Amino acid sequence: MSILISIFYLIAISLFIFGLKFLSSPGTARRGNLFSVLAMFIAVVVTLFDRHIIDYKFIIAGILLGSIIGVIAARKVKMTAMPQMVAAFNAFGGIASAMVVLSQYFRFPQSIDLNNAITIPLTLFIGMVTFTGSIIAFAKLQDLIKSAPLVFPAHRAVNFLLHLLILVLIVLFAANAGATRLDLLVVLFILSGIVGITLVIPIGGADMPVVIALLNSYSGLAAAASGFVVNNYVLIVSGALVGASGLILTDIMCKAMNRSLWNVLFGAVGLGQGKQETAGKKQVIRYTPVDAVVILENAQSVIIVPGYGLAVAQAQYALQDVVEMLRKKGTTVQYAIHPVAGRMPGHMNVLLAEANVPYDLLKDMDEINEEFQSTDVVLVAGANDVINPAAREKGNALSGMPILNVDEAQSIIIIKRSLSPGFAGVDNPLFYDQKTMMVFGDAKDMLLKISGILKKE
Amino acid sequence: MTGGIIVSIYVFVLAVFAGIELITRVPPLLHTPLMSGANAISGITLVGALIMAGEGGSGFSTILGFLAIIFATINVVGGFLVTDRMLEMFKKEEKKK
Repeated sequence: MSILISIFYLIAISLFIFGLKFLSSPGTARRGNLFSVLAMFIAVVVTLFDRHIIDYKFIIAGILLGSIIGVIAARKVKMTAMPQMVAAFNAFGGIASAMVVLSQYFRFPQSIDLNNAITIPLTLFIGMVTFTGSIIAFAKLQDLIKSAPLVFPAHRAVNFLLHLLILVLIVLFAANAGATRLDLLVVLFILSGIVGITLVIPIGGADMPVVIALLNSYSGLAAAASGFVVNNYVLIVSGALVGASGLILTDIMCKAMNRSLWNVLFGAVGLGQGKQETAGKKQVIRYTPVDAVVILENAQSVIIVPGYGLAVAQAQYALQDVVEMLRKKGTTVQYAIHPVAGRMPGHMNVLLAEANVPYDLLKDMDEINEEFQSTDVVLVAGANDVINPAAREKGNALSGMPILNVDEAQSIIIIKRSLSPGFAGVDNPLFYDQKTMMVFGDAKDMLLKISGILKKE
Repeated sequence: MTGGIIVSIYVFVLAVFAGIELITRVPPLLHTPLMSGANAISGITLVGALIMAGEGGSGFSTILGFLAIIFATINVVGGFLVTDRMLEMFKKEEKKK
């Protein structure tokens, strides 16, 4: 019987792997997700046949309740709120793993073997850090607490001390295998929760994509760690896959923002960067939507650079209207998506797909950077730091960050409220370039005006 | 038992390598659905929670298992559904004419 269960677990593992494999192309991605659903279904059903399970009332109640909440959340969530949703789900994953290992402990507190004596406190730690860290990330993204970095005195020292204490607790617990050291576990539970908070609270809103990716990885590691506790390979493998996924995304986001993970976690950017050089004497060429239309109509090729400001203004639909009209006239139009264009990895793509932009028009940075030099017009809406050529020079906050080569195009239209610098606080020389047309105003208003004028003609 | 944990570590490390190979092939276009999908997969803790909640006791251990089931199920069901909702929006250009 247990061999049969193992075989089904292996099938589930294989299906998870195929599911992720199919995510490598938008054409097969939906099927891939269904594979993962099937894998999860098999894993759950097979587990119900486990000989340890004799009482189903809590199981049925729990699954029902969880499903109802899950369905409502998945249906209701707005696409702009995906980062919060993922943060919340990371939190649930973390706390679930922590509860599973605590439950395992309370089953036989007297007979904890060495394996469990190491893995239980370790899982509890990862699970709790994931939980409270994700809650803070959620609160920041949802604007429940200030998204600006919050730093208290001796922050680093406190963090270091907490980690040291936790290490000591884990070692003590492991060394006392066989004895019931509930006191150690309780302290560990509390301290781990505090660490999650102190880790995420000093991180600013702009760095949230990295944090969510990292917590995503943690939630996977927590699941894998709980697999070590209950000796189950499905948990170990699936958790490892998620852990790897989160790590890769974390790395991609760090590179796109030109930051090391260390710097994101302990750098507390945004503090003391208030001084922005004022662009006093430099000349800016001001244009109206009418001028923009003239330039756009005469272009053979156009690249659109959307930033998160566009999504905040809910201007994706107006933008796609403009794009559709230009394409009807025979203009080649593509979207250039910088990896940090949204609030989480790949976020901008989802927001544009929601506005019915076909995914063949969405090009990522590496794909499109060569094409700017042969492009007539670039239309920038709501983006700033990711097109700032100052990143190629040394000695400023953006130095070394990969950017979209917007400055190589023939002419540039930038829709923006003001000349204020982006998150990095670095003035953008592109605003004062001869070939740049600044159209000042709200992205949505301006795009609606442009599409209105295009429609009339 | 020590043999058991060594095998587990082997499995874990190999799975991480497999994960890295698989995930690096996912295009940036799909990184958000990847995250929410991976999120749902991390709800696999549900499997552990089922055993904890189903042992027939009604003590603290069972209650913890029950709560773990709720949280993990939200993760699984919500994660897969929202991933599907997103992936459904990704459409290729219809070929006209």
